[in-house]
Amino acid sequence: MMVNSRTWQAAASDLATGRSIFVALWAEAQDDGCIIHLAGRPQGSGEVRLLSLAAPDRLFPSIAQHHPAASLMERALCDVHGLTAEASPDPRPWLDHSTPYLFKPVTGDGVHQIPVGPVHAGIIEPGHFRFSVNGETIIRLEVRLGYTHKATLGLMRGHMIDHAAQLAGRISGDSTVAYAFAFARAVEQALGIKAPPRATALRGIMAELERLANHFGDIGAICNDGGFPLMNVLTAALRERVLRLAATCFGHRLMMDRIIPGGVTTDLTAAHAKLVLTTLTDLRGQWARLFELYEKTASLQDRVVTSGWLDPMIAQRLGCGGYVGRASGQDFDARRDACYPPYDTLAITVPHLTAGDVDARLRIRMAELEQSVTVIRTLLATMPPGALCTPLPDPANLTTIERNDARVGHALIEGFRGDIFAHVRVHRGRIEDVMLRDPSWFFWPALEAAIEGNIVADFPLCNKSFNPSYSGCDL
Amino acid sequence: MALITPLLLQLVQMALVLAIAPLLAGLVRVLKARLQRRAGPPLLQFYRDLAKLIIKDAIVATGTSWIYRAAPYVIFAASWVSASLVPSFGTNLLFSWSGDLIVIVALLGTARFCQMLAALDLGTAFGGLGASREAMFASLAEPAMLMIVFTVALIAGSSQLSVIATFMHSGAAGLRLSLGLGLVALVIVALAETGRFPVDNPATHLELTMVHEAMVLDYTGRHLALLDLAHALKLTLYMSLIACIFVPFGMAGPGAAPASLALGLLAYLGKLVLGAVLLAIFETAIAKMRVFRVPNFIGAALMLGLLGTLLLFVSATL
Repeated sequence: MMVNSRTWQAAASDLATGRSIFVALWAEAQDDGCIIHLAGRPQGSGEVRLLSLAAPDRLFPSIAQHHPAASLMERALCDVHGLTAEASPDPRPWLDHSTPYLFKPVTGDGVHQIPVGPVHAGIIEPGHFRFSVNGETIIRLEVRLGYTHKATLGLMRGHMIDHAAQLAGRISGDSTVAYAFAFARAVEQALGIKAPPRATALRGIMAELERLANHFGDIGAICNDGGFPLMNVLTAALRERVLRLAATCFGHRLMMDRIIPGGVTTDLTAAHAKLVLTTLTDLRGQWARLFELYEKTASLQDRVVTSGWLDPMIAQRLGCGGYVGRASGQDFDARRDACYPPYDTLAITVPHLTAGDVDARLRIRMAELEQSVTVIRTLLATMPPGALCTPLPDPANLTTIERNDARVGHALIEGFRGDIFAHVRVHRGRIEDVMLRDPSWFFWPALEAAIEGNIVADFPLCNKSFNPSYSGCDL
Repeated sequence: MALITPLLLQLVQMALVLAIAPLLAGLVRVLKARLQRRAGPPLLQFYRDLAKLIIKDAIVATGTSWIYRAAPYVIFAASWVSASLVPSFGTNLLFSWSGDLIVIVALLGTARFCQMLAALDLGTAFGGLGASREAMFASLAEPAMLMIVFTVALIAGSSQLSVIATFMHSGAAGLRLSLGLGLVALVIVALAETGRFPVDNPATHLELTMVHEAMVLDYTGRHLALLDLAHALKLTLYMSLIACIFVPFGMAGPGAAPASLALGLLAYLGKLVLGAVLLAIFETAIAKMRVFRVPNFIGAALMLGLLGTLLLFVSATL
């Protein structure tokens, strides 16, 4: 909906008061200036609403001045489109690395800085962390990203849907199913088609397998960073079994390009369905023992409990979803609240805790593992027969009116990290405008807030418990 | 002859610790990997790494002084000499009479001081971070070590390791509470000084959690080879020390026949393997501590050492 600047500001103050939750902010280049899009959803609901504001002279009223959670996305879009946010609280460039970055000054007796990255001692994604510390205590952390900026959204614009769908699946490799799912649903909504029931059930199974694999990996990695490598190797074995199961059943370990707009590309045979069930039963028996090990290792508990506490207030204001939000009292899960197939027919219970520490984020993952298994079992038991894919309407066969009609769709999908938002505008079979928003956009500022007052040596542990994506934000 | 045999044994001892230190470190790595159900590196990987590092160019960070370049040699020399002072297979070592336990503590202290100085010389955040943590731990570990030395010396009547080993081996010491306290304290100090769990993680790649690794992060080539070897020597030293004081069985005394020397060597290697197994199991079963918990941990060693010494003043039989 096109709005004027007054409504725009009113929407921003709605975000600030918490009446609505910020979802995404992006810009679209037009022949005459730019259009800024703001997506939000009412508190507790998964129904996303869009507001659009024309910025003919490349100026627009800042959202971040009312609602700081929008700051990173606002800075990113200003860099990409050469826009200026009026009255922005933080006009520093974000993706543009051409000028030296001015970190916020922290002064005081004995305060010094520790720069870490973007090249790290281990093999991880590139990001720069600037710690202002006093001794071992962190006073302030500033995260600098953008090192993997590859203009993925720009690469998608103007291209055919199938090409763009492949790119969508490559925004963040660990969430390739969730991204492909979100993109597919947005395109389907725009074109007014529906994926067949068998396809949606298969999408659900793939999404849950992806969640299982990543949660196993995360649980192990958190314990590893807490200085307990035994847990890491044991969960790595479980993760590997899920990946191999995916490779056997769907032909790709990460199930990349298996979800396409209209449906899915790969069917699940009855034999493979049985394999999924037996593997899950086996895994479930194994992880129960692992969680007992986690709970009974006092030295590990000492590391994770109370570390990296995220205030539920901040989690709410930032609109943190996923395990980060749910560990800090946020009762939101797109599978239940945005209610998309195949989850619309399932009873999704959302585990949430209020402790907000590393331990809580780990326990949310553990609870979600159980839930994913239940979901997969239900989907397999009620697997409908039928086609795998609904063909997309051929642009050549459209009527003249339809041909000139650009159509919009969006979707909110629960990936393993949290809710992934996808928005597309399709015109004659080509992507005109696209936005894919990773939940990590809110995890990074949440991490900056949660780490204050912790000690430097605990940062890797806290960071891993958030596990924000670098690539997912460096769009 | 009276001088040549100890000298010969001393030279053998020097060569022995240097030769087996990488093997011992490699063995711990392999055992840990197996306990974690990983294949792990080959047993001899440490030697290969050293060979690789020695032929590589040593790149020295810009802005560093001669301290940074000299430190690896000093650290290595101090570690090697102190490891050679601990009787392993036989007590009849030439240098043993010139260097006692206190000298060993002092040599290790010198090595640490140089390490910290070099890390600070580097001027990076990680060097400073590692050095400050090392200083925090060492300020407790060194007095704890001295307290252990006093406890043992009061019982054996000497601070010379060959005398202590002979005394302990003779059975004259008997079962003593203070020795038990000393053993626990020494194990804690050994874990802290050799950078093992729960104090430091020798395998970590997380810069922010490192202690020892943070200080050597910028070293390359032969400098790094020397530092790695010195670190491995330190592990051998502490295991030998525990074996020498608390389980000196099988050690060959002065004037021993070659057969008993060979037996002493076998016993020594057996003790090291046992030590490596225990260390690997311990490191697998526990998580690393928070940095600020470590002073409590090492502080416990200090208190135990102090208690051991005080008990001996209360009664010489405790």
